[in-house]
Amino acid sequence: MKTFSYTIKDAVGIHARPAGLLAKLAKTFSSTVTLEKDGKSVNVTKLMMLMGMGIKCGDTVNFTVEGEDEEAAAKAVEDFMAANL
Amino acid sequence: MIKFKGKGVYGAIAIGDVSVFKRQDAQVRRTHVEDIQAEFKRFEAAKEVATQQLSQIYEKALKEVGETHAQIFEVHMMMLEDDDYNESIANLIETQSVNAEYAVASTADNFAAMFAAMDDTYMQARAADVKDISNRLIACLTNAGSASNDSSDKMIVCADDLAPSETVSLDKERVLAFVTAFGSSNSHTAILARNMNIPAVISVGEEFLKSVKDGDRIIVDGHTGDIIVSPDADTEAKYAKKQAEDKRKKELLQELKGKDNVTLDGARVNIYANIGGVDGIGAVLANDAGGIGLFRSEFLYLESEDYPTEEQQFLAYRKVLESMAGKTVIIRTLDIGADKQIDYFKLDKEENPALGFRAIRICLTRPEIFRTQLRALYRASAYGKLGIMFPMITSVSEVEQILAICEGIKAELKGEGIPYDEKTEVGIMIETPAAAVISDKLAPLVDFFSVGTNDLTQYTLACDRQNAKLEPFCDTHHEAVLRLIEMSAQNAHKHGAWIGICGELAADLTLTETFLRMGIDELSVSAPFVLPLRDTVRKLDLKA
Repeated sequence: MKTFSYTIKDAVGIHARPAGLLAKLAKTFSSTVTLEKDGKSVNVTKLMMLMGMGIKCGDTVNFTVEGEDEEAAAKAVEDFMAANL
Repeated sequence: MIKFKGKGVYGAIAIGDVSVFKRQDAQVRRTHVEDIQAEFKRFEAAKEVATQQLSQIYEKALKEVGETHAQIFEVHMMMLEDDDYNESIANLIETQSVNAEYAVASTADNFAAMFAAMDDTYMQARAADVKDISNRLIACLTNAGSASNDSSDKMIVCADDLAPSETVSLDKERVLAFVTAFGSSNSHTAILARNMNIPAVISVGEEFLKSVKDGDRIIVDGHTGDIIVSPDADTEAKYAKKQAEDKRKKELLQELKGKDNVTLDGARVNIYANIGGVDGIGAVLANDAGGIGLFRSEFLYLESEDYPTEEQQFLAYRKVLESMAGKTVIIRTLDIGADKQIDYFKLDKEENPALGFRAIRICLTRPEIFRTQLRALYRASAYGKLGIMFPMITSVSEVEQILAICEGIKAELKGEGIPYDEKTEVGIMIETPAAAVISDKLAPLVDFFSVGTNDLTQYTLACDRQNAKLEPFCDTHHEAVLRLIEMSAQNAHKHGAWIGICGELAADLTLTETFLRMGIDELSVSAPFVLPLRDTVRKLDLKA
């Protein structure tokens, strides 16, 4: 299991397009990528629920990546967050 | 006869019948189904059709309104694939034996309610996206056609505002004009109307929609923003005459082809065109532009999955230069930033992209990208009359660094025995107040200046161009901007450089005289503005 935190820098937060791209990215791995904020968590492949979290600029979110390719998946998600959000 | 007033976004007159834009808020009835499996199949088939439609809309939008505005349809496609959304629909069909339409509608309500309840206006607006994709699904299930009218006549489309998917889906052949109650000059309707040369008036107000119904006679004057519903015979005749005059004017403009850009008292100005890709060359030649004053090189990077190679770039630049057959072509080097993202550049997100890591700042920080482009440009210079222009300049040292890199590349090419044109002109954009203020220091270093009025205005007036609320504060004729242009022109001429304008102001015919009096040597405008601008120039008398 891999975990890491990320603080959102994008002014609009995890909005529609990055949420879509994140979901798409997570689906390419067999590992489960879970995002948690304030006790609420969501599997990031679930686009609508992910958008429904209402994650804003300045929010810190915790990722948990678990599965066979967790190493690669965690790296990919972390890079994605840094580049897009 | 009732009159309304809005904001004209494309100057032309249309007279025709109203078609009130109808949304597909289809009435969905709940019915009991026996064959659950068949219902699943209907749903899957509808989803496939909906996805196809969305991908067509995406492609259409990509061409007509650009990638930034098209992205929302990519998200719509992803939303259609959302697990929870699909599970909820399947569950309803299975556990309640309801028809797919009902299952979609009630799932849409639930998800839309979730977004609408959020305390974030951006996310609240996502409720509309859920409704949009769900209505599309329902329409596919019921085999309903598109939202447009069935009549085959040309119509004047009246709407509160048009959503991106709605604007892009309209059959352009059947739209005489657009009128919307809301919207800003940056809205999709406005952008599209300008690109399609269709008269359009926006921000007419809510009252307008209550006063029109399908088939009402209506006059739309895109010059003034006037809307006249149910005009009397005299008024309609008056506008028909005006419309005919417009048409005659357009024909007259055709006669201007081949004529010089010279004022009555003999002052000359070059009129060039702006383009954003190789496919724009046809319009440049058709409108008889004297050259290309701004060729945006971004398309090479946007169309590519990875950094375009020197060879790819060389071939594209060479094609442009050869097509223009010896006429000047000014190519601007890469001008991207956090607002115009290209994935493989891996640029960081920025709070304030307009003031961020962009254009020449990227090129000077990552010289390998810059060098590839410059080598390709210099190699292409052997095939026509090239000018190379650098964006976002703010200091002398930037220009010195650029020139040193150019000299290095020329020496390399010489060493390798590759031909290039020694006379290739080098110029910079004057689009920051800093560059205008130190234009006396910059002019001796370069062959030409080109004023990018959009950014120069945005930076000088501290007004975000994308923010519709700022429109009243963003006076494009502001004296501060005009003074900066005049100052740059004086300094350019003092040091033997020439100066052009390639921003939107170049096409503003009310400023043509002002610019000519400043001594501006070149105006570069989108191709359809070349002939109207020539017409204006030929009627001016600077000695009068």
